[in-house]
Amino acid sequence: MADAYTGPIPKPTPETKPFWDAAKQHKLLIQHCGDCTQHYFYPRPLCPHCLSRNVTWVEASGRGRLHTFVINHRPPRNFPLPAPFIIGIVELDEGARILTNIVGIEPEPSKVHCDMPVEVVFKDITPEITLPHFQPLTR
Amino acid sequence: MASDVTKMRGTVAIVGVAESDELGRLPHKSSLQLHMEATHNALADAGLKKSDIDAVFTSGRNTANDVPEYLGIRPRFIGGTQVGGCSFILHVEHAMAAINAGLCEVALITHGESGYSRIAMPAPRWGDDSTNNQFELPYGTSGPATGYGMLATRHMHEFGTTSEQLAEVAVATRKWAAMNPQAFMRDPISIDDVLSSRLIAWPFHLLDCCLVTDAGGAVIVTSAERARDLRKQPVYVLGTGECATHQMVSQMPSFNRWDAAVVSGARAFRMAGVRHADIDVAQFYDAFTIVPMLALEALGFCKPGESGPFVAGQRTAPGGDFPMNTNGGGLSYTHTGMYGVFTIIEAARQLRNECGPRQVTDAAVAICHGTGGVWSAAATLIVSTDR
Repeated sequence: MADAYTGPIPKPTPETKPFWDAAKQHKLLIQHCGDCTQHYFYPRPLCPHCLSRNVTWVEASGRGRLHTFVINHRPPRNFPLPAPFIIGIVELDEGARILTNIVGIEPEPSKVHCDMPVEVVFKDITPEITLPHFQPLTR
Repeated sequence: MASDVTKMRGTVAIVGVAESDELGRLPHKSSLQLHMEATHNALADAGLKKSDIDAVFTSGRNTANDVPEYLGIRPRFIGGTQVGGCSFILHVEHAMAAINAGLCEVALITHGESGYSRIAMPAPRWGDDSTNNQFELPYGTSGPATGYGMLATRHMHEFGTTSEQLAEVAVATRKWAAMNPQAFMRDPISIDDVLSSRLIAWPFHLLDCCLVTDAGGAVIVTSAERARDLRKQPVYVLGTGECATHQMVSQMPSFNRWDAAVVSGARAFRMAGVRHADIDVAQFYDAFTIVPMLALEALGFCKPGESGPFVAGQRTAPGGDFPMNTNGGGLSYTHTGMYGVFTIIEAARQLRNECGPRQVTDAAVAICHGTGGVWSAAATLIVSTDR
């Protein structure tokens, strides 16, 4: 990398490491409960819906809809994306929700809409950490 | 078996309320000093001595360890529940429970925060491996505006709520502030002023966002029996409620309503046994203009999705039929970072008829309601001078 990444860098914990390891391979992992059959995110070893321990990692389709968003005009100091930029909450097709940046679209209220279809893209920020971003669905 | 929450109705009263000596930008005062000033002033308001206090409730960067130490109090009951800015409102419920259980008799609820000047503010708590720093902060969330805005955007999408309707709240609240000498921002503003103020995090403009100030606030709660002999007219606690649903905004159960507030409000009304029409004045934590609007919906003052039309036409302003945030709110009076205690102070003053030009005529029942975190927690409090 030419320049050191200046934004906040996540530090994985034992229960989140499989997610971050997969993101590095450009795969979006979420978890699925074998008892109540719901998917969920963020990573935890127990289902937040029914508290079952019968949970497995699954690769998400990477597609979903932009449930809601804001356009941030006042970024944190040294944040690498130029302001304004979009912070969105994506509801994946599997049902879990994830907070992310929406890229590949002008950060204008007239251009971005709740419920618009989006898909995951991966942004390598350090040799160890890759962030899932989302963009308008192209496929 | 369902517990009977109505048993505690009217068993305790708010007997002293006060702010710190001054509010605003106070680089010459630490957060702990702001606690001390507010406590000193609230004791004077109640006609009580420091030695009467046997319970201390606080929240925020200062804790139930360092606040009693600074004040020289050795509480026998300690409340440090920290769920964000509404913590002080739910401390009233916890104090009520403790007093009813016989564990204490005079409870101090204190807040002090050097929110602007940052004097003696212990460091924030999140590490790089926290859930926040792994799953939200890397995306450029900056302060509460980005989190609170998520519900505003979805509300606009589903119900057609407009930026103009949000601005109505800021304009109305500023009119109340103009009548409060302690308010930080007192010059009148228009809806156009709000809409033309710079964007912070769309859909919020600068004037949709609360202030950042330095201040302290304290409330003293005791049994209804003891309250009778004190200096001021007792403000009885009729109903309380609390709920928490999430910490990170992405984990919020729904983005078109405020689930925690639905729960806290329902219990407060059930305990109090009052109707919405009985409420004379409302103090709703206004971190952003959308927050009191969602409180109106969650607490049942209007239907889901209808808070935009509800606040239109300056309905919450002086002279409107729903007086709300009569001190000028977090938007124009003061907002340290954790505003909850100030809702209680203003409610008590309104019920005691102490508010001068901003006094709501014949105010007998008041409601306080607050948010904590990013819509994460909610607390509701219904109070009255009548038991």
